[in-house]
Amino acid sequence: MKALMLTAALLLTPLASAQSLYDQLGQKQGISAIVEEMLYRVGGDERIVHHFDGVDIMRVHQLITEQVCNVVGGPCEYSGESMRVSHEGMGVTHADFNALVEHLIVAMEKHEVPVAAQNQLLAKLAPMYDDIVE
Amino acid sequence: MHKWRAGMVLVAFTLVPGVSFADSGSKLLATGGASTIEGAGGGGIVPWATLSSYADVGEWGATVNVSEVAVDDFRLSVQGASLSWNNRVEVSYARQTFDLSTIGGELEQNILGVKARLFGDLLYGNLPQVSVGLQHKSNQSFALPSAVGATEDSDTDYYLSAAKAWLDGPFHRTWVANVTARRTRANQIGLLGFGGDVDDSAEWVAEASVAAFINRYWAVGVEYRQKPDNLSFADEQDWRDVFVAYFPSKRVSIVGAYTDLGSIAGLDDQTGWYLSLQAAF
Ligand code: HEM
Repeated sequence: MKALMLTAALLLTPLASAQSLYDQLGQKQGISAIVEEMLYRVGGDERIVHHFDGVDIMRVHQLITEQVCNVVGGPCEYSGESMRVSHEGMGVTHADFNALVEHLIVAMEKHEVPVAAQNQLLAKLAPMYDDIVE
Repeated sequence: MHKWRAGMVLVAFTLVPGVSFADSGSKLLATGGASTIEGAGGGGIVPWATLSSYADVGEWGATVNVSEVAVDDFRLSVQGASLSWNNRVEVSYARQTFDLSTIGGELEQNILGVKARLFGDLLYGNLPQVSVGLQHKSNQSFALPSAVGATEDSDTDYYLSAAKAWLDGPFHRTWVANVTARRTRANQIGLLGFGGDVDDSAEWVAEASVAAFINRYWAVGVEYRQKPDNLSFADEQDWRDVFVAYFPSKRVSIVGAYTDLGSIAGLDDQTGWYLSLQAAF
């Protein structure tokens, strides 16, 4: 057990970066590209695309980019509604939420975001689950 | 086995027309866990509060799995399958063959399992995912267990499990922990029957697993499983293992482990390898 923990520590330590989370995501430009990739994939996902019928996707792209930039400590103000208000009555399910998270993960992998940074962002977004899913 | 699996899929389709196996399910990669040697979804030897396959809300999922455990004087072969619905219920079946390589002979057991998620979620919210389950075990080769003092050839284990993932745990890695409390009187998980000359009543035992995901696809972890000690003819000891799990896709997973099964039927220090393969639909 001790040996395993030690091996794990040695294996994992070099993978944690000294760069800030905001920098590891590629700053505002990187975040914008990741969110774009995510929304592009959402657009092709028949499980959840119906939620976005008639939605101004450019606006949602800008707002999610602002929000992510803000929660990871970047120099951005979020100018949209609260998560509870903006997803109210949408009927987003556990499965829908996972589908979007999966697209975000794939988008981050495509942009070569390190696993440690991916996990930090996901941990900041996961608490929004209760406000978004009904 | 194949007949049975086809039957299960057929039942799923005919009971709920119009519902299909959406791709391989919406749950996130690896959150269906692996298959245990008793058929239920979990680690290798501990059933987890997570449900097998990737079936999320409104979806069906199924798995088939094979596992082999090879220790100094014994070999355990398992074939299993599971069906899950709605991230709520899991039904599983496993057939175990325990080859007494050194002593000679073979023991067999069938296990039918049911598990239901009560509340909570592995990933989201503050509560852990909490599930209850049962495993009905029937020993198919009771002559030997009976000869060494076991009293019953079949019995049911009941368990309560709680599991939680920390998305950004130590070293910025995702960690998963599971604890299970099981009420059982199985001897060597039932391969040596149920109840015995020393103790014939069921007792609560504790089981636990901890795993760290190196990335989305690879995890390493440890498991511990307490066991009863009901027979006077031989000491029964707790089980433990150290494992590596690989989830290349939602279709397949592979688990390899180094395992320590303690003393079995009077033969001490049974250590060796565990390998498990799962396909999910
Ligand atoms: C962590 C996960 C999520 C985050 C951070 C997030 C973030 C946001 C943000 C910032 C907005 C704009 C708010 C505003 O209009 O002022 C928004 C809108 C929206 N979100 Fe989400 N969201 C998440 C999950 C989901 C999921 C799972 C779905 C459905 C599958 C979804 C569907 C929508 C839709 C349809 C809109 C547009 C609402 C409208 O303009 O009428 N969101 N989201």
